[in-house]
Amino acid sequence: MELQHLTNDNFEQCIKCTICTVYCPVAAVNPDYPGPKQAGPDGERLRLKKANFYDEALKYCINCKRCEVACPSNVRIGDIIQKARIKYSRKKPSVRDFILSHTDLVGTLATPFAPVVNSMLGLKPVKRVLDLGFDIDHRRQFPRYSFQTFERWYKKEAASKQNQYNKQVSYFHGCYANYNHPQLGRDLVKVMNALGVGVQLLKKEKCCGVALISNGFLEQAKQQAQVNMRSIRESVVNKQMPVITTSSTCTFTIRDEYPHLLGIETADVREQIELATRYIYRLLREEKSALKFNNEKIKIAYHTPCHMEKLGWGYYSIQLLRMIPNVELKILPSQCCGIAGTYGFKKENYTTSQEIGITLFSRIEEEDMDYVVTDCETCKWQIEMSTSRICEHPISILAQALE
Amino acid sequence: MKFDSVIIGGGLAGLVCGIKLSQQGHRCVIISSGQSALHFLSGSFDLLNRLPDGTPVDHPLTAVKELIKMEPEHPYTKLGEIRFEELVAEAEQFFSGIGIELAGSATRNHFRVTPMGTLKRTWLTLADFVTCENDIQLPWKQLTIFNPAGFLDFYPHFVADEFRKLGATCEVHEFNLPDLDILRRNPSELRSTNIARILDKPDNREHLCRILIRESSGTDAILLPACLGLDQPDTVRIIEERVGKPVYLIPTIPPSIAGIGMQQFLRNTFQKLGGVYMMGDHVMNADIENHRVKRVYSYNHGDIPFEANHFVLATGSYFSRGLTATRDRVYEPVFNLNVSYLKERQEWYTGNIFDAQAYQQFGVSTSLDFQAVTGDTLLSNLYVGGAILEGFNPIKEGSGGGVSILTALDIAGKILKDQSVWNCSI
Repeated sequence: MELQHLTNDNFEQCIKCTICTVYCPVAAVNPDYPGPKQAGPDGERLRLKKANFYDEALKYCINCKRCEVACPSNVRIGDIIQKARIKYSRKKPSVRDFILSHTDLVGTLATPFAPVVNSMLGLKPVKRVLDLGFDIDHRRQFPRYSFQTFERWYKKEAASKQNQYNKQVSYFHGCYANYNHPQLGRDLVKVMNALGVGVQLLKKEKCCGVALISNGFLEQAKQQAQVNMRSIRESVVNKQMPVITTSSTCTFTIRDEYPHLLGIETADVREQIELATRYIYRLLREEKSALKFNNEKIKIAYHTPCHMEKLGWGYYSIQLLRMIPNVELKILPSQCCGIAGTYGFKKENYTTSQEIGITLFSRIEEEDMDYVVTDCETCKWQIEMSTSRICEHPISILAQALE
Repeated sequence: MKFDSVIIGGGLAGLVCGIKLSQQGHRCVIISSGQSALHFLSGSFDLLNRLPDGTPVDHPLTAVKELIKMEPEHPYTKLGEIRFEELVAEAEQFFSGIGIELAGSATRNHFRVTPMGTLKRTWLTLADFVTCENDIQLPWKQLTIFNPAGFLDFYPHFVADEFRKLGATCEVHEFNLPDLDILRRNPSELRSTNIARILDKPDNREHLCRILIRESSGTDAILLPACLGLDQPDTVRIIEERVGKPVYLIPTIPPSIAGIGMQQFLRNTFQKLGGVYMMGDHVMNADIENHRVKRVYSYNHGDIPFEANHFVLATGSYFSRGLTATRDRVYEPVFNLNVSYLKERQEWYTGNIFDAQAYQQFGVSTSLDFQAVTGDTLLSNLYVGGAILEGFNPIKEGSGGGVSILTALDIAGKILKDQSVWNCSI
């Protein structure tokens, strides 16, 4: 099927049907955002003529890509908007944007002092200062930092045991599993080992750069992307080891945003970078491997993150969860939770962010469940802050259900 | 991924087919490349409004005999008169069975109203919309149309003019709410869905009801453009109860709130029955062995194929990209199936835009059982249904909804008759 047309983002294929705007979570709650049709292909037509037609309201786009999923004409509306922001925005990123987007730097500084940092970030006066001084909304709950990074745990506790397995994969853990929630990385190692697969770290891993891109730090994002792509190629091409991940957004960024927004080619290794749930699904299907589960009852509800919807891979996580013998699984209607990475931390976006998610939150409260399950770390923060539920990753649920 | 049936295309035909199969316990997946043409729904489904020679049709069940004589490749001709009648009855029950309330019947066409106010024949109409038994006289003497000021996609004065010709007094009342002013910051986006999000808020709905009560004295019925009830399908009934007068909707120019509601309702029904719906994915290629489709591969799922016993292609016409037209040919992009079209491009259309255009009748050729053909090969387990089919003109005949619904039900019936069972694991 022909997917490529005259322009890379199929700009000329837009027939102005407005369906994208119907499904835009931001346009639904924030009238200051003109919606994806107007911000994307319609605006692009004008911007091509004259750069000063650029509208700063494009900053309200959360890059969820739900417009692209809905588009009947396969226009890459989200890419058009992101590229326009990169090309035309005159607004310089603030100190706040720097802090929020440099996740590696902030994570490295925070983890050695995690207990202090965590309790500080929970204090009202500190939140006030962040709000008044940096425009980071005081109502936002911060993700907790871990005292020990995943990489340190791995090197100390897991690395030496991995070579006993015939099959090997590399794990792109991302900032969240490394600095905030190493337990997810440990669960991944546990599940993969149970399947007879050894887990290795990449030679060098940097933050995927999604927050740098959305906050306008393009050069920094490109540098980090190049480091990651070198490590990924070394694993995939030189060592024949596919790269697995646990974050839907990191995965989507590396596979598609690198080439589309940063101009960094990934085509040669793209098929070898995937979420662990997809890797495991294929393994179970092709090789008749099996996981042995315990019989504990568990009630869960799966939430499909926006970038998972775009990848189309929610099916794999859901099918793996269904394998757990005593599971009661509900699928929540796919909708944006509203946080969109660093977007929801910003004071000017807080209300929009919470309004986008409100129907999801009330739905979650109505259902009887032990956990909400999702593949995205920022969805987890948003759901845990905005509802009374705990949110876990499918891999952690699988690890917990293992015999 | 293993399924009993893989349906490519998630619009009206794909969903109707998927729901009927799932109701019988089949495990189905629908792969949909973006949202469907249901977003342009008028609020009605047509079955047969005119014969190809232009004769208006009042009784589709009898007129179909004439159609069959005139159009040998028409989907209705492939069904035949008896099957056509059976499927029409099944379709009417199908919708009420899943909880969609529709007025009308195939024994006699009724009339619906267009966004310009003209009356057109149709088969089934959603409960809240204006309908009329004939196109000579309206059933009301005095009507008032209420329209949000500045709404771009509805023309109340045209509608009122048409209604006056049909013997009614018709007034137009433009209203405004403070919250609608917020939308005016982007006046080009003053469209049905954005307005609905404002009007659906309980405070605003109450404000609207007070305007309706105040301004509708002496009116037999209140008419509103279909720009409310996006998340709450019983909005019209709530307003009726509050206002104490009959309230009806008139369709607007798209996006259609009724169509969005229909798409989401059918999708939810399909998923509740256990169906898997994959949105925003594209089928790229297929493995064909011994005249059967074995598996298809999609853009999102790469090397992990969709395997099934049966495949259904319901990818729609040009808008949904089920058919692609280039300068010199029309082709079907997923399987490269045989497409019937005129070789000379000059013959594709005529100068007058209102005439029947030849390209509207181009489509995928099939066997009498709607099985696909590529070259000389019949693909016995690939069925083709809906707008992608050859041999009919949905616009001139007023047959688009009927062809989609009837062929989808027919194909599902054929698949269900095939008893071979597939062992679905993961």
